[in-house]
Amino acid sequence: MIVDNQKLQETYFGHKHKTVIKPSRSSMTLNLGEVWAYRELLSMLVWRDVSVRYKQSLVGIGWAIIQPLFTMIIFTIIFGRFAKLPSDGVPYPVFSFCALLPWNYFSRSLGGASDSLVSSANLITKVYFPRLILPLSRVFTGLVDFAISFLVLLAMMVWYRITPTIGLLLLPLLICIAMITALGIGLWLTALNVKYRDIAFVVPFITQFWMFASPVAYSTSIVPQKWQWLYGLNPMAGVIEGFRWALLGKTAPDFAMMLASFVGICVIFITGLIYFKRMERTFADVV
Amino acid sequence: MNNTAIRVDRLGKRYCLGQIHSNLLSEKIGNGLRSFYDRIRSRNSSVLSSNGSRQKDFWALKDVSFEIEPGEVVGIIGRNGAGKSTLLKILSRVTEPTEGQVEMYGRVGSLLEVGTGFHPELTGRENIFLNGAILGMKKAEIRRKFDEIVVFAEVDKFIDTPVKRYSSGMYVRLAFAVAAHLEPEILVVDEVLAVGDAEFQKKCLGKMEEVGKEGRTVLFVSHNVDAVLRLCKSAILLKGGSVQIRGSSEQVTGVYLKEQVGVTSAKQWNICTAPVNAAVRLMEVYAHRSDGSPCDSFDVTEPVGITMKYDVLEPGHFLTPACNFYNDRGVNIFDSHDTSQECRTTRKSMGRYESTVWIPANFLSEGVVTVGAAIITPDPFLVHLHEKEVIAFNMADSLRKNSARGEYKGTMPGIIRPLLRWHTRARNQT
Repeated sequence: MIVDNQKLQETYFGHKHKTVIKPSRSSMTLNLGEVWAYRELLSMLVWRDVSVRYKQSLVGIGWAIIQPLFTMIIFTIIFGRFAKLPSDGVPYPVFSFCALLPWNYFSRSLGGASDSLVSSANLITKVYFPRLILPLSRVFTGLVDFAISFLVLLAMMVWYRITPTIGLLLLPLLICIAMITALGIGLWLTALNVKYRDIAFVVPFITQFWMFASPVAYSTSIVPQKWQWLYGLNPMAGVIEGFRWALLGKTAPDFAMMLASFVGICVIFITGLIYFKRMERTFADVV
Repeated sequence: MNNTAIRVDRLGKRYCLGQIHSNLLSEKIGNGLRSFYDRIRSRNSSVLSSNGSRQKDFWALKDVSFEIEPGEVVGIIGRNGAGKSTLLKILSRVTEPTEGQVEMYGRVGSLLEVGTGFHPELTGRENIFLNGAILGMKKAEIRRKFDEIVVFAEVDKFIDTPVKRYSSGMYVRLAFAVAAHLEPEILVVDEVLAVGDAEFQKKCLGKMEEVGKEGRTVLFVSHNVDAVLRLCKSAILLKGGSVQIRGSSEQVTGVYLKEQVGVTSAKQWNICTAPVNAAVRLMEVYAHRSDGSPCDSFDVTEPVGITMKYDVLEPGHFLTPACNFYNDRGVNIFDSHDTSQECRTTRKSMGRYESTVWIPANFLSEGVVTVGAAIITPDPFLVHLHEKEVIAFNMADSLRKNSARGEYKGTMPGIIRPLLRWHTRARNQT
């Protein structure tokens, strides 16, 4: 949909402006400024998702701590004790929790973004706003849980007397990579999901498979040397290794590899954005 | 300054019916293979019709053009499937047109539903902010109007209760209250008035009227003819995806109602088709104003004339014209026949007659009135002709406050609506 407007700010919240509605010919107008104009709606949706998630539960936001904590315990027992996977000299609980943090954020964001359009069908068919707001809100929502479990991780590090490295400053960047990866794939999946509900069945497989392809429970060091290059193409492998490096002082991830995978993910993200924009106009009719 | 608020130009919207139904990838692949196979088998694939458009295509709107001036309150009516909702969805930018374009001058607010995005787990307070944001209000704006919204919705005691605990009435009131405080220059509204109890509907109508009076442009889509007549000066009738008629709301709703009923406010026969017996032949029946001009839609405060024209074919009968009146629920409001001295005592001679009956002002209630016409002899009783549902006309209250409604805007039941005199005196004043 093409909307002519002199000033985006004025368009939605100002006075006397002109709106033109006509069939859009080109799919290349991304109109990202419009998303900015609707930032208040974005923040409201994030706030809604966060506050609704733990409503009417006894433990409330505590679940954001309990969930990764229990996963960590199970991982520690199964992979750390029984399978005796190497944890590169770090206590296995911290080793796995440190990876679960970005991983949980990523998998939840990916799931949320893929589901975002279909689960908001009632909004899409009744109100206009840039549809991009919906998957975006989901990847932001995950940040809240991430922040809470991050505090737990810090507590664990104090308990195990581990001092983070200066690489800590790169964490926001690493989380950004996880966010763009989740959003890029999420954009494709959510737009496809509008038309083909098959996607809803595919997403859990993707995340499960992806988790085993990422160094969540194990260390990258157990991956055979000749497959390391392929492994490095997984952006989440870079992110998780980056977390361990920054917080636990492990060996640094291969930054050249990370750059390569990041370029790949940018391609997925941009094509996803274009595909999303192209499909956007039919969402309300098809969903 | 441009003197147009909304300009709709040759708007069209096509839906591909097939596309809507196949949501599974496997079906899609199956269909793809099938059409590929079809194409190999014959070049003139049946999937394509002669003009190149797929047969499964369906034009929900076609070639719709109209203009609306700033401050105009326009009703859009039409049956189910006439394209009302599609037009509304295009105007509110939920869906995109296939062709043509719309220009809108001013901030647009659209209400396709009340309570869009309401979350049951959130409290009333939280939902006001959420719903406001979804409707395009700024946080500061919502904060400013917050108290007003709560008062309007009458939910102040429950404002911090999750809305899932609300009664359906409270829920709807809160939802409408948020919507009602949206202040766009152009408001596009669906039948949101069809919600809530009578008391609240009245309030909503009042609010809508206010909006119109403030000089904002309102596009009101509804089935509810009464509401359109009350709120809108002009109206557009959609039929089969196109504009059938655009005019004053009385005129347009008149056309719409008569289409619904299937009869018009005037009926004329020729010699061959006219109802006839040995004594008399009915030639014409029509409804008209006091000046004699034919009319489809009357104000409840004006008298309605029904004129019957008939030919007496055999002299010497006592022939009395008569009418039955039915409301839109099929209730026989009353019957009437000519009881004048002249009619009772004079045997009619051959020739053309014209009889008019006057229904006084402030007598009929709002709605469609269907009329049956008959020629009878009262005593001994004999029905010469009886045509049921010959004509129909519409009664409307334009809310000039001189009708039996007075200031009241809500639903008024009752099959007639006389304007009666009331006397109130103060006794034992303190």
